[in-house]
Amino acid sequence: MHLLICGGTGCKASSSDAIAEKLKLELAANTLQDEVQVILTGCFGFCEKGPIVKVLPDNTFYIQVTPEDAAEIVKEHVVKGRKVERLLYVDPTKKTTIEDSKHMGFYRKQMRIALRNCGFINPENIDEYIAREGYQALGKVLTEYNPQQTIDIIKKSGLRGRGGGGFPTGLKWEIASKNPADQKYVVCNADEGDPGAFMDRSILEGDPHSVLEAMAICGYCIGASKGLIYIRAEYPLAIKRLKVAIDQAREYGLLGNNIFGTEFSFDIELRYGAGAFVCGEETALIHSMEGLRGESSNKPPYPAQSGYLGKPTNVNNVETFANVPPIILKGADWYFSIGTEKSKGTKVFALAGKINNVGLIEVPMGITLREVIFEIGGGIKNGKRFKAVQTGGPSGGCLTEKHLDTPIDFDNLVAAGSMMGSGGMIVMDEDDCMVSVAKFYLDFTVEESCGKCSPCRIGNKRLYELLDRITKGEGTMEDLERLRNLSQVIKDTSLCGLGQTSPNPVLSTLDNFYDEYVAHVVDKKCPSGQCKSLMKYIIDPEACVGCTACARNCPVNAISGERKKPHEINQSICIKCGACMDKCKFDAISIK
Amino acid sequence: MSHIKLELKPEQVAKIKEICKSFNNDPGELINVLHKTQETFGYLPAEVQEVVAVELNISVAKVYGVVTFYSFFTMIPKGKHPISICTGTACYVRGAEKVLDEFKRILNVKVGETTPDGKFSLNCLRCVGACGLAPVVLIGEKVYGRVSPDGVKNIIKEYEE
Ligand SMILES: Cc1cc2nc3c(=O)[nH]c(=O)nc-3n(C[C@H](O)[C@H](O)[C@H](O)COP(=O)(O)O)c2cc1C
Ligand code: SF4
Ligand code: SF4
Ligand code: FES
Repeated sequence: MHLLICGGTGCKASSSDAIAEKLKLELAANTLQDEVQVILTGCFGFCEKGPIVKVLPDNTFYIQVTPEDAAEIVKEHVVKGRKVERLLYVDPTKKTTIEDSKHMGFYRKQMRIALRNCGFINPENIDEYIAREGYQALGKVLTEYNPQQTIDIIKKSGLRGRGGGGFPTGLKWEIASKNPADQKYVVCNADEGDPGAFMDRSILEGDPHSVLEAMAICGYCIGASKGLIYIRAEYPLAIKRLKVAIDQAREYGLLGNNIFGTEFSFDIELRYGAGAFVCGEETALIHSMEGLRGESSNKPPYPAQSGYLGKPTNVNNVETFANVPPIILKGADWYFSIGTEKSKGTKVFALAGKINNVGLIEVPMGITLREVIFEIGGGIKNGKRFKAVQTGGPSGGCLTEKHLDTPIDFDNLVAAGSMMGSGGMIVMDEDDCMVSVAKFYLDFTVEESCGKCSPCRIGNKRLYELLDRITKGEGTMEDLERLRNLSQVIKDTSLCGLGQTSPNPVLSTLDNFYDEYVAHVVDKKCPSGQCKSLMKYIIDPEACVGCTACARNCPVNAISGERKKPHEINQSICIKCGACMDKCKFDAISIK
Repeated sequence: MSHIKLELKPEQVAKIKEICKSFNNDPGELINVLHKTQETFGYLPAEVQEVVAVELNISVAKVYGVVTFYSFFTMIPKGKHPISICTGTACYVRGAEKVLDEFKRILNVKVGETTPDGKFSLNCLRCVGACGLAPVVLIGEKVYGRVSPDGVKNIIKEYEE
C-alpha cells in the first residue's frame, strides 16, 4: 500500500510536509511503517482542493487534508480498510461523494503524457523514475538509433514547441545538428514568465528526470555535450529538485562521460533567471545566461546558428522536452495519432481564475474550451456566469462564449484572436471588467519591456495611459480608435516577440467587448462594477438608522451625520474602499 | 527615502571578493555572483556593486545596469518581514489588488518601500505557482492563501510585538 501526498508548491504551502510526517508517525505507532510507504510526489493537478492524499492501489482520493486527519486516515483506512467519508471529494453537480480519482470529472477527459509521472513518483528518487521506464528512451536512442534517425522520429511525431511559438521540434533539432561547431549547447527554457501559469514548474517539481533525459537525447541528436537549464530564481523547490536529480543521474552514469558505455557524453548545469519576463524570449535568455541584461536581439542569427557564447544552441521549453521520452518509446505514429491535423499530442494548461477546479491539466489537442472549463474545470465559481477565458498570457487574448466550442490547437487559437502561449488559462466571470483586464496586462508589459526598442518601450506605456483614462471615465471615442491604431503600430514595428504581441490583450478585448469600452467612455459606467473611479458609494437615507458604524470605520473620515440621523458620504473625499458598506448592518449603503 | 552612506567593513569586502573568486572572477557569471551576494547581504547597495565591478573587471555601470534590469535584485534593504503580494493573473482576478490596497493602507507604505521601523517591506511578485490558493501573500517564506482584505489585519498581527 502507498500513501501519496502532493508535494507541489501549492500543497506544500498548505503544510503537506507536516501531513507526511504525521502519517509516518501514525504508521509507526501501528507498526505499519514497513508495509505502507508514504511518498511526497509532484503535483496531482487538483490544486483547488489541496492538500491531496491519494491511497494506492485503490485510488482513494482525499482532499483538503490537514495534519490532524493523519491519525484517522491510518486508523480507519489503512488498518480497518474503511474510507474516511468526510475527506472524500463531493461532485459539485451531482452532490455525490466520489471515492477514487478515476471517476472524477476533473481527470476523466485528461490524457497525461508530459505529466505522466507527476503525482505518481517521488521526484527526489531516481529509482522511481527508472521503474516507470525512465532513461529507457535515452538508452534506446544511444544504442539503436543514430542522431538523424532520432531526429526523424521527432519530426514524424509532429511535436511542436510548447513554449508558445509552436515551432516543429524535430526541424529545430535538425537545423542545430547541421551547423558544424566544436561546441554546441542544449538549453531548457524554464523561465515561465506568464504570470498565473505554473505548468513548467510543476513538471520540474514533479518529474525532473524526464527533462534531463530529453535534454540528453537532444544533445545526442545535435552533437552537444553540454546542457543548461535556465530557471527562475523564484522557483526554489524546482531548483532543489533539479539539483537532486542531476546529482543522482550523474551518480548512475546517466549524465557525464560515456553514457550507457557509448561515446556520448553529456552534462547539465543550472543557470538562474532573476525575474524578467522578456528573458523567456530565447535571444534575451541567452544574453542573460552570459551575464548581461536580458535584452532581445534581432533574428537572424537564430540561436541554432549563433547562440550561447556564439555557439549553435538549441532552446526548447520544459514541456516540449517532457514529451520526448514517451515519443521515443511509444513511437512517432502513436503520438501523431493524438490531436488535430496540425497540432499533435497533448497540451498542459494551468487552469485558474474564477473556476471551481483550479489546477494543472493535460488534455489532447482538439478538445474544446467548453469541455475544459465546464467538465474538467467544473464550471464557474459560485454559480456565476462565464464571461471570458484568457489564454497565452500577456501575449494572448480573451476569448468569449462564441469560442467555447472551438477545438483547441495552435492555429485555431490564433485564428480566434488569441494564442496557445505556454499554457496559462485564466477564466473570468461576469464580475470581471475587461478594460481593467487589458490594463492589467499592459501594466505588466510596461514593467517588463526591456526598453531596447521604442515602439514597445514608449508605445505600451501610451496604451496603458489610454486604458487608465478609460477606466477613470475620462476616455473619449477617439481614444478607442487611438488604442487600435497604436496597437497595430506596436505589433508591426517592435523588435521581439514581447512587443509584437503585447497589444493582443487590448485588441482582443476591443473586438469581443467593444460595448464595455463604450460604456466606460460614453455612459461613464463600469458594467461589472470594478472600476473604482466610476463607482459611488451612497447611503440610502431611508434605510440608514444613524448607528455611526460607517463613519467610525471610514479611514478618511468621508462620512458625516449625527447619531440616529441619516449619514452622508462626501464623494470628493471617499477613496472607495468599501469599508462602510461591509460595516453597515442595515444594508443602507450601496454602490451606484 | 533614506540615503545612508554605508561603509563596508573589511570583512564584508573580503566576503564579496570570496564570492567573486568562487566564480573565477568571470564576468559571464555576473548574475550568479549577484544572486550569491544578495543572498549574503540581503540587498545590493552601490558600494557592494562597486566591489563586484572591480573584482570582475567590468564597469560599475554594467553591474548597475544588470542589477536594475532584473526585478529579483534590490538596492533597498528589505524589512525584517518582507511581504510579497502575488499580482499574477490568477491572483489578480481573485482580488489581489484589494488585498494589496489593504496592506498599503495598514502599513502606510507604497510598493517597494519598507516601514520606518524596518519591520515590514512591501513588494509585488508575479505568480508563486500556488494559483489554486489565490490570492496569495508571502511573508518571508510563509505562504498565505485565499487572503481576503478583511484578513490582512490578522496576518500582520502575527508579526507584531
Ligand atoms: C516575450 C516572450 C516570452 C517568452 N517566454 C517564454 C517562457 O517563459 N518559456 C518558454 O519556454 N518560452 C518562452 N518564449 C518562447 C521562446 O522564445 C522560445 O520560442 C521557446 O523557448 C522555444 O522552445 P519550444 O520550441 O520548445 O517552444 C517566450 C517568447 C517571448 C517572445
Ligand atoms: S519589443 Fe520590447 S522587449 Fe522586445 S526588444 Fe523591443 S523593447 Fe525589448
Ligand atoms: S467607501 Fe471607504 S472611504 Fe468611502 S465613505 Fe465608505 S468607508 Fe469611507
Ligand atoms: S497568480 Fe498568484 S500564485 Fe499564481
